[in-house]
Amino acid sequence: MVKIGSNGASESLIVVRDLAKTYRRGSEELHVLQGINLDVDRGDFVAFMGPSGSGKTTLLNLLGGLDVPSAGTVRADGEEISRLSGARLVRWRARHVGFIFQMYNLIPVLSAFRNVELPLLLTPLGKAERRRHVENALALVGLADRAKHRPRELSGGQQQRVAIARAIVADPTFLLCDEPTGDLDRRSADEILELLERLVDEHGKTILMVTHDPRAAERAHATLHLDKGVLAA
Amino acid sequence: MKYLPLLLGNFRRHRVRVALTLGSFAVALFLFCVLIAIRGAFNQGVEAAGADRILVVNKVSLIQPLPLAYRDRVARVPGVKDLTFAHWFGGVYQDEKNFFPQFAVDHTTWRQMYTEFRVPEEQWRALAADKAGAVVGKVTAERFGWKVGDRIPIKGAIYPGDWEFNLVGIYEGTRPQDDLSQFWFRWDYWAEKVEPDIKGYVGWYVVRVDKGHDAVTVVKTIDSAFANSPFETRTQSEAAFMASFVEQMGNIGFLMTAIGAVVFFTLILVTGNTMAMSVRERTGELAVLKTVGFRDGAVLALVLVESCLLALLGGALGIALAKAFTMSGDPTGGLFPVFFVPGWAMGLGVAVTLAVGLLAGLLPALGARRLRVIDALRTL
Amino acid sequence: MPLPVVYNVESVRARWRTSVVAVLGIAGAVGVFVAMLALAKGFRAALVESGSAMNAIVRRAGATSEIDSAVTLTQQKVIEDALEVAHGPSGPLVSHEAVVIAAVPLRETGTDANVQVRGVTEKARLVHENVALREGRWPEPGLFELVVGKNAAASYRGVGIGDTLKLGGAGWKVVGVMDAGDTAFDSEIWCDLSLLNPVYHRPQGVAQSVVARLRSPEALEPFRQRLVGDPRMKVQVDRETDYYAKASQMMTTLVNVLGTLVAAVMGVGAVFAALNTMYSAVAERRREVATIKALGFGGSSIVLSFTLEALVISLLGGLLGCALVLPINGLTTSTMNFQTFSHLAFAFQVTPALLGIGLVFALLMGIAGGVPPALRAARMPVTVALRDL
Repeated sequence: MVKIGSNGASESLIVVRDLAKTYRRGSEELHVLQGINLDVDRGDFVAFMGPSGSGKTTLLNLLGGLDVPSAGTVRADGEEISRLSGARLVRWRARHVGFIFQMYNLIPVLSAFRNVELPLLLTPLGKAERRRHVENALALVGLADRAKHRPRELSGGQQQRVAIARAIVADPTFLLCDEPTGDLDRRSADEILELLERLVDEHGKTILMVTHDPRAAERAHATLHLDKGVLAA
Repeated sequence: MKYLPLLLGNFRRHRVRVALTLGSFAVALFLFCVLIAIRGAFNQGVEAAGADRILVVNKVSLIQPLPLAYRDRVARVPGVKDLTFAHWFGGVYQDEKNFFPQFAVDHTTWRQMYTEFRVPEEQWRALAADKAGAVVGKVTAERFGWKVGDRIPIKGAIYPGDWEFNLVGIYEGTRPQDDLSQFWFRWDYWAEKVEPDIKGYVGWYVVRVDKGHDAVTVVKTIDSAFANSPFETRTQSEAAFMASFVEQMGNIGFLMTAIGAVVFFTLILVTGNTMAMSVRERTGELAVLKTVGFRDGAVLALVLVESCLLALLGGALGIALAKAFTMSGDPTGGLFPVFFVPGWAMGLGVAVTLAVGLLAGLLPALGARRLRVIDALRTL
Repeated sequence: MPLPVVYNVESVRARWRTSVVAVLGIAGAVGVFVAMLALAKGFRAALVESGSAMNAIVRRAGATSEIDSAVTLTQQKVIEDALEVAHGPSGPLVSHEAVVIAAVPLRETGTDANVQVRGVTEKARLVHENVALREGRWPEPGLFELVVGKNAAASYRGVGIGDTLKLGGAGWKVVGVMDAGDTAFDSEIWCDLSLLNPVYHRPQGVAQSVVARLRSPEALEPFRQRLVGDPRMKVQVDRETDYYAKASQMMTTLVNVLGTLVAAVMGVGAVFAALNTMYSAVAERRREVATIKALGFGGSSIVLSFTLEALVISLLGGLLGCALVLPINGLTTSTMNFQTFSHLAFAFQVTPALLGIGLVFALLMGIAGGVPPALRAARMPVTVALRDL
């Protein structure tokens, strides 16, 4: 279950308390996020919506350990990541977070197989094992027969599915999606959203998704609104 | 130049690439100028040769001498205006590595033959007064820190013994290609000190041909005067004599120049390509300019000015570095009599640089011109 | 765990148009570098290997070459009698020699070159073991005959077998061509010493240098002590190889200085090209790099990866450069050695060792051109690049 505004301890998978992020531009201060309190349980599917500039991506970056907060804490799976730094944060991120971007961000010179394999190179798994995981991930997203293809040989929807396969191949704790359907036509968008739903319903994944698309938000369990750095239901 | 801030802004934004492009041009032009200086050093003898001077050497072998007795006979040949002679000494100053040419010369006639060299009047008089006197070129004097009045000890190699000379003068040149490394002393001093059986000989004669006389005829007359004698002569123009040396250096000179040309063209190709690459990569930026209202022609002009400016600045830097390098002296320690970058080389270098800058900017810029704004912005 | 090499290889392939420029630049630098080294090596080989470690050359003390040296009959006898000298069936292996410079027209241009003509005795080819007869026969002692080195035969006019060459007023018949294993003697013309001296108005019996074969290389020191200690002998004794090494010093310095200059300049230019290519690669792939970092790859993986990419490019350039320069192996050229005042032909020597050095040079350039952009890639902020262009 997703809760906002809570204070104090929590058993949830992701616990955010008083999260704030401020950017300094010359002498001006930009308060992108202010006093965010959030609890997300395992298996939740949360959508974040809001006007541009509201801080949605910043929140996602902080939850994913791509950025460090100005104030407040982020706990994920019992570990407090807001004070982790450098190499330890990178290692944590590799282990716990799967990213899905609007622009897919696949490596254009590598095949689908090798793209999906990338996160596994950070693990101690051997070649044969990695192969197994990659094939499973590709089968799950329905692209087992496209393993050898390069991104430019795939449609937008197919590329996003490869990206999703990459995001889940190392079995991360939760997935962060930044406008996953933003660059897709209606049909492909629906396919992607169905896939995400399946990941949550059939495989128990936890997904936090930033989106502009109301139909994407419909698929989520809960939708939260972010406006001027403040979170509301 | 209201576009100057725009230009400078562009340069600032791509600082590293600008620095690398400037550096590439500088490197290419540096090499170009230095290679021309090297080629000039190899050809120095030819380029410094006096137009009206001819040399008379022993026909059998360059290293065989000619009798002093020939002097009057050569002087009497019609068309001979001035006559002097010299002998190669080939001694060693402290170390064999400190090579510089040493000649025993006829001090009474040497100066008016080699008018391109300047010796102060009183120094030449001092030479006439001191039998053991010597005059040296500015380059060699500076190389060893010699001053007028110093005593110069030279170990004879061909003519063994410890020879000592009093430095009475330092000569300078009047043209950039003049050899200022020579060491002249008096032939009569040499003749006094060597074995009796060689004292009556000179290394070669130098003749100035009178205006109005045909040099070829003079050459033929001199050689036929001594044909079939025990010391047959071979007479040729100073330029031809020097050229034959260059020819023997042969392929080395040609090789250096050829390799240099290859290197230069490769560098230029690489640099031009890099510049073209950067223009292509900035199509997005250029498209933005167009959306703001710049006309096609203005964008093209901007790109061209940028590339030409970069090329010129880089090229100028390279040329300046080359000039500094050549002025720091002979890198081979004595083998190059002269080493300088002639004016025409610098001009040519600038022209080539400019051409490359223009081409490198023009071709991709024309391509960018045809690009529709929407397409260009799309790639962003 | 580092990024897979296939990523770099494929990236270079995908950006081949820009990579080609850097590859060419590095190929040029390596090619020129190896060519210069090969030139210097060929030159040294031609001269230095003209000598043998078993031979000692004796000249007048203070002489700077052979031409300004003289060894009298008495001194020659002392040398022949020395215990350290090896003996052959015909007696002590001692070669009396004198050199003159003669003007002989070059085949290519017709202008004269200064050729070294060496007057020798029959002992010469016993002492100089690397000289063999290639065509024709050796000159008969007492006859005006010549044998021509194979490079001289190729470089000059009028020195074919059967031709008559005018030297010092006499006509000499060319009767043979000798092969001295690409050493200095291949550029020389040999004749009978006893005939050369009078033709050049020199006293009979005086040689300019005496080359003696020693019983062993170690015998040089005792040999030298014996001669230098003798009051009749004002001589200098050198191992033949050392003598030739010194005789080539000036030219070797020239080639080395010029070669280093050109190669260094070219190398700098190539590094600039490589830097440019790699910086442009890094800029172009900002989103890719950010993604890789988001996935959890650390800065060192990125640095390693991009440096590896630069090395891939520089290795390609190095191989191409070596391939381009290989054909000049054996190409002959010629020059005038200022120290001996004579024309000398020699060949480029491209050896596997030199090629190896060339490749190392290429890799060094790759590192110089790859590391700074790689560091920049590693330091690029992730969040901005992920969403940005």
